[in-house]
Amino acid sequence: MTAKGWRDTVPGGWIKEAGNALEYKTGNWRSIGPVFIPENCINCLFCWAFCPDDAIMVKDGKMVGVNYDYCKGCGICARECPAKNKALVMGEEG
Amino acid sequence: MAQKVAITGNEAVALAMKQINPDVVAAYPITPQTEIVQIFSTYVSNGLVDTEFVTVESEHSAMSASVGAAAAGARAMTATSANGLALMWEVVYIAASNRLPIVMPVVNRALSGPINIHCDHSDAMGARDSGWIQLWSENTQEAYDNMIQAVRIAEHPQVQLPVMVCLDGFIISHAMENAEVLPDEVVREFIGEYVPQKTLLDKEHPVTAGPLAFTDSYFEFKRAQAEAMLQAKPHILEVAREFAKISGRQYGLFEAYKLEDAEIGIVVLGSTAGTAKNVVDKLRAQGVKAGLLKLRVFRPFPAEELAAALGHLKALAVMDRADSFNAFSGPLYAETAAAMYDSGAQTKMVNYIYGLGGRDVGLDDIEKVYGHLARIAESGKVDQRLNYLGVRE
Repeated sequence: MTAKGWRDTVPGGWIKEAGNALEYKTGNWRSIGPVFIPENCINCLFCWAFCPDDAIMVKDGKMVGVNYDYCKGCGICARECPAKNKALVMGEEG
Repeated sequence: MAQKVAITGNEAVALAMKQINPDVVAAYPITPQTEIVQIFSTYVSNGLVDTEFVTVESEHSAMSASVGAAAAGARAMTATSANGLALMWEVVYIAASNRLPIVMPVVNRALSGPINIHCDHSDAMGARDSGWIQLWSENTQEAYDNMIQAVRIAEHPQVQLPVMVCLDGFIISHAMENAEVLPDEVVREFIGEYVPQKTLLDKEHPVTAGPLAFTDSYFEFKRAQAEAMLQAKPHILEVAREFAKISGRQYGLFEAYKLEDAEIGIVVLGSTAGTAKNVVDKLRAQGVKAGLLKLRVFRPFPAEELAAALGHLKALAVMDRADSFNAFSGPLYAETAAAMYDSGAQTKMVNYIYGLGGRDVGLDDIEKVYGHLARIAESGKVDQRLNYLGVRE
């Protein structure tokens, strides 16, 4: 967030730019987070579908990691990961 | 041509709303306000207004619907009294902090308990820190005039704050008086077409209303909100000057009545000012230099202007039709005293709490207050700051 003075605020706190939730880094809400184990990943993308934020990074149809700028550590991805040996496990390093 | 009519306060407010023709009115009935929206609903049914009339299930919803409508860019109104205003509470603050120019008549009634439907100012006084502009009315004429000005004040680009138009329950709302009403087209031309500063319905320019603001930005938004109130006074006066051109009636932040050369005076809100003016006239005829200040704009509080108008008095009584239960004074006294202290005025001050729950305030009661002030002016000493007028001992 840019540190604006009160004179530069929009009256009533209205947000005029669409999609600027990207600027709001919610990752620091996290106490524990998912740790990605690539060798266990079957690329089903359940984690991407279930993530309530925008924290699962996908490239060329493949899961490539967790964006910790936005991951709040809810643990849904780790719970939903169907791989026999889970590719996402909750841990303090996440 | 303006027309002189016999009309009650509620009828006059409803008529003003008809002439304003708001886009949305969302309201819930509560005595003594009920008539306003009841009359207005007949205008809706008879096709005399274009308003979307929303019959909500509570006052919390009435204010919520008004907030939603105003955020969408509509000219939105509601009306309430006492416990209805209390039920609106959290959304009343949201309306102001979202800078939504909603206009709401508040027909002043005592808050429970004990349950009571009659006039006092505890409802609007409770909302004094909610961020709404408050205009107070002495009679039906002022209630009508304030309603029309309220729209322009609220929507002023530099103000963008909601406005409460306060009128005393029953005393003004249900009593018939002579009032001059303006032709529809004059009112419509005066308020003009509403061009909202922002709207949720413009898909080319999507916006978010009412977002979260935490430790890093909440304070800045509140400071900006405070600034809107700090800067509102000249815009209120500018609207008053323009209103004088169409009505011939001049409004200010307050009305000073025989105050200039007065030695003793009272500050009062609402209908009691009418009673008190009679007492002032009687005392003047006896050679007593009595005066009166009737506050019209309580929010923003015109501290400097008040002190300048009152500072020459030897003794001053501030009349509060609400108690703060703070073991000190009523709300109007506390703020007036603060304004006087800051100005360096040497005026001796007392507070009178009066008329709670519709307790009648007669000429004799007001005369007692002036009698007390005369004694204080003579002795230069305040014997008792906090006084209750008209209560049985």
